[in-house]
Amino acid sequence: MTEHTSIHDYDRVFLLGLYERMVLIREFEERVKYLFLEGRMPGTIHQCLGQEATAVGVCSNLTDEDYITSTHRPHGHALAKGLTPLEILIELFGGVTGCCRGKGGSMHVGNIRKGMPPAIAIVGGGIPVATGMALALKMQHRSNVVACFFGDGATSEGAFHEAVNMAAIWDLPVIFACENNRYGASTPVGQIMRLGAEGLKSVADRGAAYGIPADTIDGNDVLAVYEAAKDAKRVCLEGGGPVFLEFLTYRITGHSRRDPCLYQPKEERQAALQSEPIGRFEGVLLQRADVVQSDLDGIRETVAKELSEAIAIAEQEPKPVPEDVLTDVYA
Amino acid sequence: MVKQLSIVEALRAGIAEEMARDERVFCIGEDIGIPGGWGGAFTVTLGLERAFRDRIIDTPIAENGFFGVAVGAAILGMRPIVDVQYGDFLFCAMDQIHSNASMLRYMSGGTVAVPMVMRAPVGATGRGAQHARNVERFFVGIPGIKVVAPSNAYDAKGLLKAAVRDDNPVMIFEHKLLYGSKGARMETGAVDSSSDVPDEDYTVPLGTARVARRGSQVTILAWLLMLHHALSAAERLAASGVDVEVVDVRSLSPFDFDTIGASVRKTGRVVIVEEGPKTGGVGAELSASIAERFSPSLKAPIVRVASPDVPVPFAPVLENAYRPDPDRIVEGVRQVLD
Repeated sequence: MTEHTSIHDYDRVFLLGLYERMVLIREFEERVKYLFLEGRMPGTIHQCLGQEATAVGVCSNLTDEDYITSTHRPHGHALAKGLTPLEILIELFGGVTGCCRGKGGSMHVGNIRKGMPPAIAIVGGGIPVATGMALALKMQHRSNVVACFFGDGATSEGAFHEAVNMAAIWDLPVIFACENNRYGASTPVGQIMRLGAEGLKSVADRGAAYGIPADTIDGNDVLAVYEAAKDAKRVCLEGGGPVFLEFLTYRITGHSRRDPCLYQPKEERQAALQSEPIGRFEGVLLQRADVVQSDLDGIRETVAKELSEAIAIAEQEPKPVPEDVLTDVYA
Repeated sequence: MVKQLSIVEALRAGIAEEMARDERVFCIGEDIGIPGGWGGAFTVTLGLERAFRDRIIDTPIAENGFFGVAVGAAILGMRPIVDVQYGDFLFCAMDQIHSNASMLRYMSGGTVAVPMVMRAPVGATGRGAQHARNVERFFVGIPGIKVVAPSNAYDAKGLLKAAVRDDNPVMIFEHKLLYGSKGARMETGAVDSSSDVPDEDYTVPLGTARVARRGSQVTILAWLLMLHHALSAAERLAASGVDVEVVDVRSLSPFDFDTIGASVRKTGRVVIVEEGPKTGGVGAELSASIAERFSPSLKAPIVRVASPDVPVPFAPVLENAYRPDPDRIVEGVRQVLD
């Protein structure tokens, strides 16, 4: 919780909406994992289990006319931005009615009509694109922002530095949302940055280095994320330029589906499981007199049912025909 | 009204006209609009910042970054013209060009477009290996990118306009020795590529080649500086009774096999002239495609006149040994006639 607001200051519908969205992401990722284990889904996936609050907290500030860019781990961002479970699931099954007509797959889900171009799977590769989208918004005099998601690992790529710098010097409306889950694939963040008493305090310093406001936030506190992103959006829309937000979080699943996470110390994983965002938010919600456990259980059941129905439909959707391999190369 | 313009003047006029016609068009690159500056490394955008200050964007030295910025702006409907100072620097931006610009439409199932133009100077000019490469080959093979290479001012302006109006990523390669800059910016070894350029709006369609010289015995395929050297070689050969057709390939992706095929069917003998190492060049793709499509018409194996497989050297005698010239082209024609 932020210092200035309490759980009682928010609208009940809004809060349960945040909860529902996080549960949707968590349930979606769990179900997709099983679809893989059962051999029903082709390709690969990079799940965002444990990182639901960053996606939902940021995106709940965004309208359909705001934009996001995402990474190889895009399902949570896509659901939070407003893509339907169905359009993403069909895409993951390679269906022709998927959000990318079966041409993109897991790492490239997106729906430009809902403000999300295909996710960019090259680490750091989407960050200049986000800066460019914000440049277009500014040149078109639109009161909209781009939320650019990336991880701690991406802050080593040159593309990150070039893009943040250009957004900074041109005062572009970008919320640079760094999900610091402490690992770039299997490499701990402390190994790729000079952190500590003799060095940088946090990944946020990499944003501050470009002269922009930079903050570190508990990324597993959905309301803290929401408030930080809300402030950042306000700064952007006032013409104050980009804002760098470092969200501290943890991936409670593997980097990709075949990763047993042996590089994560056991105590660290245990501690992370205790502080994962959905459990924490449940505890906070139940402090309200108007929220009881059965409300939360009801939401979980509804989400589970919705996903079961969506999976059943998605798996049966038609696939592209072989001739489709040749289409959509050129406009 | 028609005026004789150099390539640099024609490009400058084309860019200005497109920016006046469509406010979504903007230029982005290093040193392109600094007041009191050069208007880009080869003066193409000189003075445009006076009429279009907000739409001539000077960047830090960050090619990967600003090519990506152009991709993002294009996705949201702007129409950037990206200026890179030397074609060699395109490799700094390769991730954004190859993995974003060329693929976003396909990966999105056709729902996203990336209408961006990229302009790059190429060619050996005494500056040393890293400011000298002809890099067309690296982009000809990328599905999703169109590639053109104008040899004269009329084509330069027309192709530039067509590229701006095309909804795909288009790469325009310009040769440093063909710009026709005067005074302090004049290049040693420059070749006159000026032409009569109309004032009125016109475009040269992407994907088209042009017969630059009609002939009957041999087809020479060339582009950029080599087109001019091929024409010189053709004059020399005419004097000794050999009648050569010279085709300005002009569009490297896609190739214009209608025009190229008509010439190959007519002469049956093909010489491809390319500035750049022979191995893996544009000529390799052209050769394979011509063999696949027009084999029955070929009276001799295809000959490629190209640079040796070396980096570009500095000493003038070595650079001349690297770069094909009219003598070597004449050699190549004699070889295909043997």
